[in-house]
Amino acid sequence: MAEGSLLAAPTVRAATPRAAQARAEAWAAWLLVLPATVLLWLMLLGPVVAVLALSFTDWTFGAPTIAWVGLENYREMAEDRVFWTTLANTVVYVGLSVPISVGLGLGVALLIEAGTSGVSFYRAAFFLPVVATLLGMALVWEFMFHPTVGLINQTLTALGIPVRNWLKDPATALYALMAIGVWQAVGLNMVLFLAGLKAIPRDLYEAAAIDGADGAWERFRRVTWPMLGPALVFVVTITAIRSFQIFDTVQVITDGGPEKSTSVLLYLIYQEGFQFLRSAYAAALTVVFLAFTLAIILTKVVLLDRRAHYG
Amino acid sequence: MASVTLTAITKRFGTTQVLHGISLEVRDGEFLTLLGPSGCGKTTLLRIIAGIEQADSGSVAIGGREVSHLRPRDRDIAMVFQSYALYPYMTVAQNIALPLEMRRLSPLGRAPLIGRVLPGTAAIRRAIDAEVRAVAEGLGLGGLLGRRPAQLSGGQRQRVALARAMVRRPAAFLMDEPLSNLDARLRGDARAEIAALHRSLGATVIYVTHDQAEAMTMSDRVAVLEDGRLLQLATPRALYDDPASLAVARFVGSPRMSLLAAEIRSDGAVTVAGRATGLGVDAPAGRVLLGMRAEGLALARGEGLAATVRLVEQLGPEALVHLAMDAAEETVIMRLAPDRAAELAPGERCSVMVIPERAFVFGPGGQRIAARAARQGAVAHG
Repeated sequence: MAEGSLLAAPTVRAATPRAAQARAEAWAAWLLVLPATVLLWLMLLGPVVAVLALSFTDWTFGAPTIAWVGLENYREMAEDRVFWTTLANTVVYVGLSVPISVGLGLGVALLIEAGTSGVSFYRAAFFLPVVATLLGMALVWEFMFHPTVGLINQTLTALGIPVRNWLKDPATALYALMAIGVWQAVGLNMVLFLAGLKAIPRDLYEAAAIDGADGAWERFRRVTWPMLGPALVFVVTITAIRSFQIFDTVQVITDGGPEKSTSVLLYLIYQEGFQFLRSAYAAALTVVFLAFTLAIILTKVVLLDRRAHYG
Repeated sequence: MASVTLTAITKRFGTTQVLHGISLEVRDGEFLTLLGPSGCGKTTLLRIIAGIEQADSGSVAIGGREVSHLRPRDRDIAMVFQSYALYPYMTVAQNIALPLEMRRLSPLGRAPLIGRVLPGTAAIRRAIDAEVRAVAEGLGLGGLLGRRPAQLSGGQRQRVALARAMVRRPAAFLMDEPLSNLDARLRGDARAEIAALHRSLGATVIYVTHDQAEAMTMSDRVAVLEDGRLLQLATPRALYDDPASLAVARFVGSPRMSLLAAEIRSDGAVTVAGRATGLGVDAPAGRVLLGMRAEGLALARGEGLAATVRLVEQLGPEALVHLAMDAAEETVIMRLAPDRAAELAPGERCSVMVIPERAFVFGPGGQRIAARAARQGAVAHG
C-alpha cells in the first residue's frame, strides 16, 4: 500500500532551482530598492496624493472636522477673478522671461567662449547673481527701483528717458519683477550653455570652414545652434520650471500688488494656505500648479527630446 | 588637379618649435604620404596646407598659386578628418551637399524658407542633388542618403567623409589618418579603396599617417618626418633600399632594422667584433653602426659572429629568429627558412654572418655612409 501511494501520488516539487533563484533575486532587488522607494513615497508621491485628496475637502488649518466636498474648491477657483488674474500673470511672466533669459544666457556664453582676455572675470561676474541670496538682492533691487532716488530712474532721467514708478504702477510692476528674475537666471543659463559649447568638437568648425561656412552667422547656424540642441532643451526646461516657481521677489517687494498685478500662482498658494489658513483651497491651487509643471516636463519629453538628439 | 609646393614652413606652439622649415613639392596627381611618429608635426603641416592653421613663416602654393593668406574655402582643397567630422544632425545627402550649397547658392538662396522659393535656386538644388547622388553611388552609399551619421557604421562614415571631399573636385585632397579609427580588417579594405580612387580620379592626395605599412603600400612618394624636420622624401622602394639616415631606416620596414656596433678599420673595411664583414667605406677610422633588415643576416657556415637564440617565430612562409648578440644592444632579428629555423632551440648558440650587399653603414650622428660590398667569408644559409 505504501508503494501504491508513493507511485500513485507523486509529490510535485515546489519550484525548480532556477525559478527559486530568480525569486530570490527579485526579493533582493525589492529589498534594496525599498529605502529609496519609501523615501520617494514619503517625500514626493505621498504628499502629492495627500494634496490631491485634500483638494477635495473643506479643511481649514486647525479645524476639528474635515468633510468631503468634491469639486467645490475647483468651482470656487474657476469663479474667482483673482485666480484667473494670477494665472494670467504667471503665464505672461514665464512666457516672457524664459525666452529673454535663455537668449541672453546664450549670447553671453557665445561672447565668453569667443573671448580671449578677462574670460574668468566675466564668467564670475555673470554667475554671481545665481549664488547671491535672492531675498537680499531683492531688497537691493527695490532700492534701485525707487521712483526718485533709485539708480534706475536716476540713470534714465539723466539720459532724458521718461520714467515711471516701476514697482507701484500696475502696468509695469510684473515686468520690473521679470527684470530681477532674468538678471538672476542669465548666469545659470550661461554656465549651462558654456558646458554645451565646450562639448562641440572643434573639427566640426574646421570642416565647416573648409566647406565654406566660415562666417560668424554660418558657423552659428550650421554648427553651434544644431549641436546645442540637447543643452538648449535642458536650459529651457530648467528656466521654465524655475521661473514658474517665482515667489521671493513677490513676497519681499510687492506682496502680490499693486492691484494684484504681480500676484503669481505660488504666491497665491502661500497666501491662501498660510496667511488665510484655507488649506483645502490652497491644495486645489497646488494641484493646478503641479499640472502646469507636469505639462512643461511632458512637452519637453515628448516634443523636444526626440528632435534634439540625433541617433 | 594641381601640384602643392611648401617652402620653408615653420611653426611654433608656445615655446615648442613644431616645424623647422619644411620644404617639399607634391607633384600633380601624386599620392604623397607624410609619415612619422606621433608628435612629428605631420598633422600640423597638413593643417597649414589646408589653411586651418597659419604657419609662422614660409609659403604654401597650390597649382602654382600662392595661397598662404587665403581662407580654407578659397584654396580649392578638401580634407578628410581622422574623426570624419560629419555633421551629426544632417543626413548623409545633406552632409555631402553642404560644400556645393555654400559655393553655388547666395546667402539668400541658402536661407531656410525664403531660399526655397527664390527663382533659380530650385534648378541649382536639383543639379546639386544629382551630383551628390552620383558621388554617393560611386562609393556605394546610394541607399544611405537619408540616414544620419549615428546610424552608419565606421566604414560607411568614412566613405561619407570621402564623398563630401570628392564632390567638390578639389585641386588636392588632404587626408588626416582617415583609417586609424577603423578596425584592422576594414582598414585593409579601405586602403585598397582609397588607392583605387586615387588611380581613377588621378587626384593629388596628401596623406598623413604614422603607419608605415599604409605609407609604403599606397604612396607614390613618402616624406618621412621626425621632430618637425624632413628626413627623406622618396619612393617607398627607395626608402626601404636606400634610407638616408638611421632614423628613416629604423622607422620604415617591419620588423625593425637590427643594429650592430661596428668599426671602420684604417683600410676602410668595416668590422664587427674584429671580424671583417665584407663591406668597405671611404671614411676615416672610427666607430659606426651596421644596420640590416631581417633578410640581411644569415647563418654562417663555419666561423661567424657569436649569437644566442632567444626566440623562433614561425610565420608560415618564413621564420624570424630573435638573437642576442654581444655586438648588439637590442635583439637582432634574422630571417630564415622555416625548416632550418625549426632546428634551432631557444638558448642554443650559433654563429651568424652579415650579408654585405644588404647591410647599411651609419655614422655616429645617424647619417648614412655609402659602402661597397666585397665578397668575403662563408656563403650564406637561409
